[in-house]
Amino acid sequence: MALKFELVTPARLERSSDVYMVTVPGSEGDFSVLEGHAPFMATLRNGPLTIYASAGAAPETIEVEGGFAEVNEAGLTVLAEHIAG
Amino acid sequence: MASLKELKGRIVSVKSTQKITKAKKMVAAAKLRKAQAAAEAARPYAERLEGVVASLASKVGVSDSAPKLLSGTGKSDTHLLVVLNSDRGLAGAFNSNIVKAARDKANELQAQGKKVLFYLIGRKGRPVIARLFPGQIIEHYETTGIRDIGFEQAHEISTKVMELYEAGAFDVAHLFYSKFRSALLQEATGQQMIPVPPPADIPASSGAAVEYEPDEEAILADLLPRNVTIQIFKGLLENAASEQGASMTAMDNATRNAGDLINKLTIVYNRTRQAAITTELIEIIAGAEAL
Repeated sequence: MALKFELVTPARLERSSDVYMVTVPGSEGDFSVLEGHAPFMATLRNGPLTIYASAGAAPETIEVEGGFAEVNEAGLTVLAEHIAG
Repeated sequence: MASLKELKGRIVSVKSTQKITKAKKMVAAAKLRKAQAAAEAARPYAERLEGVVASLASKVGVSDSAPKLLSGTGKSDTHLLVVLNSDRGLAGAFNSNIVKAARDKANELQAQGKKVLFYLIGRKGRPVIARLFPGQIIEHYETTGIRDIGFEQAHEISTKVMELYEAGAFDVAHLFYSKFRSALLQEATGQQMIPVPPPADIPASSGAAVEYEPDEEAILADLLPRNVTIQIFKGLLENAASEQGASMTAMDNATRNAGDLINKLTIVYNRTRQAAITTELIEIIAGAEAL
């Protein structure tokens, strides 16, 4: 029971791991992705991306700038132009 | 026959040249590793973005409402050639191969009666293109003083290209750079950048209905400029790796040639020295016999 999450920037593959939930700053509102999410694609606004490694874990926040997110049967892929921290 | 002193001088000069080429080769080898790693690290992003753009483009199709970056301006009178070069020499035919590829394309387009403009990145290709196609260089991007070429530079270049496109300065853009195959093999390539060429193989849709937010066209309009930036970024990184590879190969050859030359000169030097000794001995013996 895990969501395959990948965070990619132009420079490199920043993160590739199994997580519980990710909250993504979509351009039309934040959305959270759990395992088994329906196929979905959205552009991002600049804002915090929050990662929950497991159900009760403390969230980890990464600031992302520009890009888009894609959810498919393989998992969640976030392509960000720039990340901070 | 050159005198002993002259020969010695030449051997010393070839040896110092060899020292330079050897040092440059080692520097290139070290830099190559880094540049290659950077080029490889950038691949996942470019691949994913390309896949998404291709699948979206095939969904939206070429309609009147499609973004201009996808459908083009409807004509192909003016072509912009974006040529990526390096700032330094000592890399064999690296820069001239790229310039040659761009020149061939430019001549081909001009033969078809099209107008060709250039946007040059890097210092090396400039004099040649300025001579062959006077007055056709509209933009020039300086990369001297930038240690590690990165996404910011690619962003600046693509912003400028996009501005020119919006202003109607050109209809079609091509990108010329050197593709990195291995340290021994680099390939000067040209590819169409704007409008985005139709995907060769449309990826099989997963069957599941994908939800878009905002709609497909808005996402596409957002992604296409990014795609141009990424293509330039990828070109810059591949170019950087290719430059070091070409430099390493060229310097390796030069070092070996210098070694061969030193051997040859040393043999000539020793023969000449022996001949001189023999002559001297004969003179002494002949002088002694005469007494």
